[in-house]
Amino acid sequence: MSDTSLSALAAQLAAKQISSRELAQQYLDRIAALNPSINAFITVDAHKTLAEAADADALIAAGKAGPLTGVPIAHKDIFCTHGWLTTCGSKMLHNFVAPYDAHVIQRFKAAGMPSLGKTNMDEFAMGSSNETSYFGAVRNPWNTGYVPGGSSGGAAACVAARMAPAATGTDTGGSIRQPAALCGITGLKPTYGLVSRFGMIAFASSLDQAGPMAPSAKDCALLLNVMTGFDPNDSTSLERQKEDYTRDLDKPLTGLRVGLPREFFAEGLNNEVAAAVEAAVAELKRLGATTVEISLANSGLAIPVYYVLAPAEASSNLSRFDGVRYGYRAPEYATLDDMYCKTRAQGFGAEVRRRIMIGAYVLSHGYYDAYYLQAQKIRRLIADDFSEAFEACDIILGPTAPGTAFRLGEKSDDPVEMYLNDLYTIPANLAGLPGMSLPCGFDSSGLPIGLQLVGNYFSEAKMLNVAHQFQRATDWHARAPEGLR
Amino acid sequence: MSQALTQDDVKRIARLARIEIDDAQAQATQAQLNAIFDLIATMQAVNTDGIAPMAHAQEVYQRLRDDDVTETDRHAAFQSVAPAVENGLYLVPKVIE
Amino acid sequence: MKWETVIGLEVHTQLATRSKIFSGSSTAFGAAPNTQASAVDIALPGVLPVLNKGAVECAIKFGLAIGATLNRVNVFDRKNYFYPDLPKGYQISQLAKPIVEGGALTILVDGEEITVNLTRAHMEEDAGKSLHEDFHGMTGIDLNRAGTPLLEIVSEPEMRSSAEAVAYARALHTLVTWIGICDGNMQEGSFRVDANVSVRPVGQAEFGTRREIKNLNSFKFLQQAIDYEVRWQIETLEDGGRIEQATVLFDPDTGETRMMRSKEDAHDYRYFPDPDLLPVKLDEEWVEAVRAALPELPAAMQARFQRDYGVSPYDAGVLTGSRALADYFETVAKTCGQGKLAANWVMGELSATLNKAELDIAQSPVPAARLGALITRIQDGTLSGKLAKQVFEGLWEGAGEVDAIIEARGLKQLSDSGELETIIDEVLAANPKSVEEFRSGKEKAFNALVGQVMKASRGKANPAQVNELLKRKLG
Repeated sequence: MSDTSLSALAAQLAAKQISSRELAQQYLDRIAALNPSINAFITVDAHKTLAEAADADALIAAGKAGPLTGVPIAHKDIFCTHGWLTTCGSKMLHNFVAPYDAHVIQRFKAAGMPSLGKTNMDEFAMGSSNETSYFGAVRNPWNTGYVPGGSSGGAAACVAARMAPAATGTDTGGSIRQPAALCGITGLKPTYGLVSRFGMIAFASSLDQAGPMAPSAKDCALLLNVMTGFDPNDSTSLERQKEDYTRDLDKPLTGLRVGLPREFFAEGLNNEVAAAVEAAVAELKRLGATTVEISLANSGLAIPVYYVLAPAEASSNLSRFDGVRYGYRAPEYATLDDMYCKTRAQGFGAEVRRRIMIGAYVLSHGYYDAYYLQAQKIRRLIADDFSEAFEACDIILGPTAPGTAFRLGEKSDDPVEMYLNDLYTIPANLAGLPGMSLPCGFDSSGLPIGLQLVGNYFSEAKMLNVAHQFQRATDWHARAPEGLR
Repeated sequence: MSQALTQDDVKRIARLARIEIDDAQAQATQAQLNAIFDLIATMQAVNTDGIAPMAHAQEVYQRLRDDDVTETDRHAAFQSVAPAVENGLYLVPKVIE
Repeated sequence: MKWETVIGLEVHTQLATRSKIFSGSSTAFGAAPNTQASAVDIALPGVLPVLNKGAVECAIKFGLAIGATLNRVNVFDRKNYFYPDLPKGYQISQLAKPIVEGGALTILVDGEEITVNLTRAHMEEDAGKSLHEDFHGMTGIDLNRAGTPLLEIVSEPEMRSSAEAVAYARALHTLVTWIGICDGNMQEGSFRVDANVSVRPVGQAEFGTRREIKNLNSFKFLQQAIDYEVRWQIETLEDGGRIEQATVLFDPDTGETRMMRSKEDAHDYRYFPDPDLLPVKLDEEWVEAVRAALPELPAAMQARFQRDYGVSPYDAGVLTGSRALADYFETVAKTCGQGKLAANWVMGELSATLNKAELDIAQSPVPAARLGALITRIQDGTLSGKLAKQVFEGLWEGAGEVDAIIEARGLKQLSDSGELETIIDEVLAANPKSVEEFRSGKEKAFNALVGQVMKASRGKANPAQVNELLKRKLG
């Protein structure tokens, strides 16, 4: 496979140079070869994948193909997929075969895109390193001693290792953008409400949003065309005119006002990351953009606010995992209560248990106002900062993460250290704004560096335009790790 | 408000969350949670008088569904993944009221 | 010491929607276990709630019917607790911003009108059912009822006796069925009452400590439970004990209440706004359309019945016990033009016969128009009261129209004065002793003669006419 961009693959399929089955088989072969060392997939089912590919071939033969029909994709194991094991990276769901399809899965099926399997993730999407998965850590394809980021670590790693041409991810506090940055790929978290959450196992409902992960911005635009759209089954899904996210890709950047938030270039940012991001800014200026310094004064509060709101919602969302109707049930227990307590103690990993307890505490009697309500108020201050900033600029730019990938185990014993990884990504989730990460260089160890773009509500097409123009001028996104075995 | 969590606090919230926890775990958890709550404490000093809490990312209202029955019986499929079922019922240890 | 009872009621009414509050599952009663429990109802991972417009409309109707404030923006919260019949581990309810606040209901107790103020009414979802019969020592869970829409209606603690509580509960039951938001079936759990009961020395301003009696599903149990609870609380206090806040259950077999959980075990529900549901907005146009479609309400109808048909306040209350009864009465009254007589027949003969047959008014074999026609024939003198009862029997049996029954069964009152005079002459001739006694001043003898005439006419004589003719002949 030379050019594995989605448009190139789609063109080959349309020209009948390759069948969907052949294409899927090539990727399945690569997964079989590489997954043992990367652990990007929890479930691979060649039989199912090839059957879906055969359906896609039939559509192509019948002349009923859509733009991406026959192109395979990997799905994060957070999306319920009918007939597939859907674990959310947890022992709690180690045996859960979903009896229905998530809305996102339905859309990819309708587009004729076969599933290559279910990708590994931090348990219930809680983590920034993919080390909390019950199914073992994912390894960074650029250096298997390093983490791929999280929680969509399997998705990012499989795309980086070219085990899949594209993948779906979800982002609650940076779970698409941070692993995309750490694995050297492009990932986009859309405006909250553009992609249905129905069938996506909830972590923090008011923040969760699914999005595409692929090598390039153009790929992400094509995937976003498939993923977005109104869903009556999700009350927070927005009723909007369908957009073509590729429409502005080729626009020049002349006159683009790029906002650089002072707070994103302050203490705590790794020098090599800062240099790469500054170089990217210079590149955009060459392409016609101007820059303006802006302030997101309350963004420093994003982490504390997030670690109140997200665990609060999670503690409630994860109450349904009680060993009664599906999933894990402790083998031995005395009473109903004992069954609950043992099932949940054994079924959830340490990080999930920790966040459930934080959430239960901040909502408990006497603490609600001081924690939960206060966090919701500051959430508004953070969102207001963005509104003000977007009066002065068209797009906000900064680093995706404060550093590059870290070693496996390096931060896993220190939750607070781990949480600080999402310093720059969380604000967009709190505001509900779209954010994306794209590769902008490598550090001295050869690990990728991510550039983050945050746009105003519904400005995905503009963000993709900026990213695409940057990617036409650079080749960071086109590089793939070599020597993978 | 940001006084440190005690062992009892940890046990109380583990109990609220129905998560079994022994003394050693409670001790380890106490230290970790306190580190996290130190981080969270920076938020509590902010003056938020007159700020309306933000519960949702978008200022939109609830959409309403017409009162129609659209679901069919799928209990066989749903119960095929259940830990314990008999006569169409989910089984749990005896509930005492 | 004299004690005063303080009662507030929380009533869970099941809303009469076709589908559940947050899913498209049927709410029909009595299906096989878990066959009406969808992915949303059993809380599969990833599912989301979407609000049923029909449930909201029911709540709007109720708010309008009790003159409450309808919160134009109201919010759903999550109430978190673990229980096997609660699949999500939280119940979606409304805490801080319920759809209905305030409002009042007027009740009649011992001929006195009392106004009971309501605190609030909020929408929420019902839980499933735990079946405790033995499955190898396990409990079985049926989630068919999970997600059924409820309106929880909370009164102020303004009732002072079990009679007032029952009258309030009945009035509420009448209202919710009247406006069609609840089928009112108490056996099936469509109308469940929790009673908060406390006592305090007469004259004391503060409330005593209350205990909550859960899940009373008949008015009789409501009365019994409160009466027992009040006696128990007074005895406990008089014995020097104190009342602990608690939740109790009423056992109909023993007639006693027993403790379910104390305040110490009370849940910490960790309420917070449900992030899966957005604030609910009631636009003016919708509220006004619902208002325009509301039927005439019981209170308004009672006033009108008194005014238009001259019935007593008590009778007006009975006749508006249900919309079907009120409609029936009004048809009868309009057909015959005799309000009081219509009320007497509907509340008397008809109700008694229906009761005996265990039928309700909607199932009456006697259509209202026919009962009206029957009363018309009493009024115009065709039928005596006694004959009318015989015609009523015919109507009950389905023997056709009133006049046809009168004709076929020969039940017409004797109104031909010639024929009646002949009978009277015969009676006077056969009872000289009575005639003698009457003439010597014994009034009673006159009644005896009337009786003889009625007997001789086999009940068909018009009593008024008999009186008049007899007086003339003896006079």
